[in-house]
Amino acid sequence: MAQSAAPATGAPAITPISAKAIAPWAVFVGILALVLLYFVGAEQGATALISGEGVHEWVHDGRHLLGFPCH
Amino acid sequence: MNSISVRALLVRGMLAGLIAGALAFAVAYFLGESQVDAAIALEEAASHDHGAGGGEELVSRTMQATGGLATALLVFGVAAGGIAALVVCYALGRIGSFGPRATAALIAGAALLTVYIVPFLKYPANPPAVGNPDTIGKRTTLFFLMVALSLLLAVAAVIIGRRLAPGLGNWNATIVAATGFVLAIGLAYAFLPSFDEVGKDFPGSLLWKFRLSTLAVQSTFWAGFGLVFGYLADRLLLSSDGADTPRVATPVG
Repeated sequence: MAQSAAPATGAPAITPISAKAIAPWAVFVGILALVLLYFVGAEQGATALISGEGVHEWVHDGRHLLGFPCH
Repeated sequence: MNSISVRALLVRGMLAGLIAGALAFAVAYFLGESQVDAAIALEEAASHDHGAGGGEELVSRTMQATGGLATALLVFGVAAGGIAALVVCYALGRIGSFGPRATAALIAGAALLTVYIVPFLKYPANPPAVGNPDTIGKRTTLFFLMVALSLLLAVAAVIIGRRLAPGLGNWNATIVAATGFVLAIGLAYAFLPSFDEVGKDFPGSLLWKFRLSTLAVQSTFWAGFGLVFGYLADRLLLSSDGADTPRVATPVG
């Protein structure tokens, strides 16, 4: 008798959301979010897509206090 | 459940991330800024060849500490909140018999551990005036490598733990998987290069306070996200339990 992966408890069991339903959101939102995180965390530090120091200087304190390597 | 609830959870995750980002901003502003200011004062007092131009400031210190800091934390919040919400979407009902609130709290705790604490123990945050500009490329690469490695090892540990659970029981399977994770992280710590770039004159107490502040900022963010998102997800999923479709997500501006 195989034990079910989700044991029954007092709380109502939650049906997992199918991976197919999540995949398009995960790809699109994942890429957008990583681009945003890149601009907050690393742009104009180790690498630069935009020349100058404006982005780096603007998010400077946030970058330090979020723990990203800044300069 | 259909993709509508993925959408609804994603919207709530980004909203929770925004709120948690605002909380983290308060902590960063009141706890962290004084350390950043003190470090910048030391940097300027030393006034070695810092930067090429010197003098001219692109963004004033006041703007960096308010508008700039808020931008960074709120954008980080929405982006990290969106990703974490999708991870919760996948984890719901798959990691055991946890409800929406417990799942959100567990994922938020795991995120704090894997994307911040584990990399931080090897490559801790540095205040201004600490860190050699020549190694920024290498330090950035290794920091993000450590984040990626920690995430992959955590996912592997969860998968292995779930596989072992039927044979060993939940408690022992969790111990085995967690021990494996700690050992693998320890190996990475031992073999990846370290950096020791703290100047001899830089006060140790300031470095400690700065690093604790960054930990406080990240802990506030993830705790805030876990609790707010858990609350919102719980309301969404449990209120729509009997209904055909979940309630329509409230639009955020």
